[in-house]
Amino acid sequence: MPQIRVEYFAILREHVGKSAENLDTSATTAGALFDELDARYEFPDTARMKVAINDEFSDWNAALSDGDSVVFIPPVAGG
Amino acid sequence: MSAFSFSRETVDPVQLRSLVEDPGSGGYVAFEGWVRDNNEGQRVLRLEYEAYEALGVKEGDRIVAEAVERFAVTAARCVHSLGELQIGDLAVWVGVSSAHRDEAFAACRYIIDEVKHRVPIWKKEHYVDGDSGWVNCERCAEDDHGAHWDGHAG
Repeated sequence: MPQIRVEYFAILREHVGKSAENLDTSATTAGALFDELDARYEFPDTARMKVAINDEFSDWNAALSDGDSVVFIPPVAGG
Repeated sequence: MSAFSFSRETVDPVQLRSLVEDPGSGGYVAFEGWVRDNNEGQRVLRLEYEAYEALGVKEGDRIVAEAVERFAVTAARCVHSLGELQIGDLAVWVGVSSAHRDEAFAACRYIIDEVKHRVPIWKKEHYVDGDSGWVNCERCAEDDHGAHWDGHAG
């Protein structure tokens, strides 16, 4: 199974209780990985979430490859 | 130093001004975002900014480059604070220099609006009553571009 690194920030980091983890997953897309982790952690406020793969914004349908880094991005609040 | 950067130190706008100084420019517009002591009826004691820095710097650089190209200004920079901030601290600074003022105002407005909307930064407010919470973005309700999670897991 491909190994994926997931990083968590802000509300997700606090909710999950860690800032990153390496996962062996059968999920083949960013969306499927989100589903898998949402089932495990029950993420708060999943509406309007975006996703980044390897430090670039990505589609939820984007395929995951071994060694990819994934970040789920809740609504932002800078400024 | 990239066009957009994060800072964990106190941000000094007078010092930052030199980043956009140019002998061909006749005007300079800056925006300073300050930490205020209230939000949506709650009294704020202090706050924390956290960012996904690797993507945030890239997206911030793209925004500044878009502004320079779109409004044909001479120079533009943006610095966003991270970490713990107190009331009155500088949260974000935008500086733009240009031959004429109209473009500088427009570019500055564009940068701060897009940064608030697109750069992965999150704000946690600590309230006077002891509560705290992550703040939702102002434009989420009208945010209709980009790929959003629609809960297909249902």
